Amino acid sequence: MSNLIELSDIQFSWLPSQPPIIDIPKLTIKRGERIFISGDSGSGKSTLLSLIGGVNLPQSGSISVIDKPLHTLGNAQRDLFRADHIGFIFQIFNLIPYLSVIDNVTLPCFFSKKRKQNIQQSSLEDEAIRLLSDLRLTGDIIYKPVTQLSTGQQQRVAAARALMGKPELIIADEPTSSLDTDRRADFINLLFEECDHQDTTLLFVSHDKALESLFHHTISLADINQAATVEDF
Amino acid sequence: MLFMFQLTLKSIKNRKFTAILTTLTIALSVCLLIGVQKIRYEAKNSFTNTISGTDLIVGARSGSIQLLLYSVFRIGNATNNLSWESYLDIQQNRKVKWAVPLSLGDSHKGFRVLGTRATYFEHYLYQGDKALEFTQGKPFKGVFDAVIGAEVAKKLGYQLQDNIVISHGAGEISFSKHDNMPFTVTGILKKTGTPVDQTIHVSLSAIEAIHVGWESGASPRHKISAEQALKQDLAPKTITAVMLGLHRKHSIFSVMRSVNEYPEEPLLAIMPGIALQELWQLVGVAEQALLVISGFVVLTGLMGMLTVILSSLNERRREMAILRSVGARPWQIATLLVSEAFIFTLLGILFGIGLLYGLLWILQPWMFDQFGLYMPMTFMHSDALWVLLSILCMGLVIGLIPGYRAYKTTLTDGLTIKV
Ligand SMILES: Nc1ncnc2c1ncn2[C@@H]1O[C@H](COP(=O)(O)OP(=O)(O)OP(=O)(O)O)[C@@H](O)[C@H]1O
Ligand SMILES: [Mg+2]
Repeated sequence: MSNLIELSDIQFSWLPSQPPIIDIPKLTIKRGERIFISGDSGSGKSTLLSLIGGVNLPQSGSISVIDKPLHTLGNAQRDLFRADHIGFIFQIFNLIPYLSVIDNVTLPCFFSKKRKQNIQQSSLEDEAIRLLSDLRLTGDIIYKPVTQLSTGQQQRVAAARALMGKPELIIADEPTSSLDTDRRADFINLLFEECDHQDTTLLFVSHDKALESLFHHTISLADINQAATVEDF
Repeated sequence: MLFMFQLTLKSIKNRKFTAILTTLTIALSVCLLIGVQKIRYEAKNSFTNTISGTDLIVGARSGSIQLLLYSVFRIGNATNNLSWESYLDIQQNRKVKWAVPLSLGDSHKGFRVLGTRATYFEHYLYQGDKALEFTQGKPFKGVFDAVIGAEVAKKLGYQLQDNIVISHGAGEISFSKHDNMPFTVTGILKKTGTPVDQTIHVSLSAIEAIHVGWESGASPRHKISAEQALKQDLAPKTITAVMLGLHRKHSIFSVMRSVNEYPEEPLLAIMPGIALQELWQLVGVAEQALLVISGFVVLTGLMGMLTVILSSLNERRREMAILRSVGARPWQIATLLVSEAFIFTLLGILFGIGLLYGLLWILQPWMFDQFGLYMPMTFMHSDALWVLLSILCMGLVIGLIPGYRAYKTTLTDGLTIKV
């Protein structure tokens, strides 16, 4: 299996005057893996994800994702790269309130030609409906305003959007924190099924150690990050 | 880009209430601005066209505005008259096509009385080529016939065959009345929106007749009867002003010069169109102030929009982070806000225009009735179009402010929103 993500010697700080909060000599993630990332609050998990997503660039070191060295790309190219290859799911507030469920799911295809082309057999809408029904969202629900969905339903819509157009990587930043325990397992199983189906690599951040066993590997940020943890609580 | 525009539309639809209010604020201010502009334009137009078809107005030498004021607007009094001989001399100038004498000085219940000839009704034109029309009756024939303007008929409730007593002098309350010689209304003119509406027209001989015995300027001890007056020589000795029409327009200046250099007595000839323009510039300062004020009102409207958009920015941060996570570029997110401002302004302008024409349609008859101001529903003149275009540009430029803010926040927020 080839490496999907390779980090080497990266250092990152939010403000140039401060010491780096991310300092990782080496990290590789293989294609098709399901990785659990754990770490204390404020330890820099979200920051690491934003580096992998190409939203921020490290001050030094190199990051390549799908054989693309992100630090050599310009801002516009990184935005396009993200649109083409990465799907995101966040903790809460994943959906655009004024768009319907379907429009929320098809959104990535309007920013990425590639993800649009990845859906060959069917129309955008049919593909969205397929993904939603795989995630157990069928019937009237998909025509409701997103603001009328339950949190669990909203998270599944967000997952469908992240999966839309078969991106190689899905980055999920505490997607289950707002769900109760039963829902968590349901959600994760559905997400796994669909990731297997599309052969998608999954990076999953959570505080919930109980979920750890479901994943192929765990990365503990404290172990790989050499930066002194910011003591803010 | 088009997609961002569609997103903007959907997002606006989702915030209907504030969107409608914002648009309405802009619409009202735009309506006010172009309304003021329209009134300004039409008022100037109708004012400077109060009298047309008359090439020159001649009076005793005074200021040109003063001559215009008393001869056309019946405001103030002539300090001097011109003699009947001068009138005849001017009339006989080969370049002069027609000459209509005007004699002013008397009034009836606050309305001025104008002594003239029946040809006045043919030669007095306004708004370009509109001639005076009679709603009832016809021009005066007999010495004691009177033709009244529309406003006079309406205010005083006069009808044909009613009797009128003319007072000496121009005041509303006059103690010396020509009550020995009552006039009969024989014609009522259609409303024109000009001072003609407030005028009572009688023949020159009538002016002479009622002043028989008044040569000293005061009421005579024994008033003579109408019959007695008619037996006198009623040829006028002096008049107040003369309206002139020329055969050829280009002889205006030579006729003007010959009038101004008239050896027998000091005279002044003015071109009414030019004098009206001059006069408008004097009164025009107030309406310019009005225009400036309504310009500021529009600015206030746009500032209101800016406030609304800026205050929505914070609650839209997560939306922007989501868009960013699906690959929207920061400038595309800025587009979302700039096009929002653009849409608000555009809709505001369109509603404003609609509102103005709706109001015009409803208020048109009333405005003509009340102010004699005719507001045609013509398409906007190019001035207004330019104003609207610059408002639209201003809306766009103002939209750059929240656009820039959004650009900055998306860059610093990244994908995680910190409230
Ligand atoms: N946009 C930002 N600007 C400046 N500092 C930031 C920014 N985002 C995060 N930080 C700082 O970086 C550090 C790591 O934050 P990060 O969000 O990566 O933590 P985390 O591990 O995801 O925590 P949590 O589990 O609570 O989400 C924190 O100290 C935070 O204050
Ligand atoms: Mg986090």
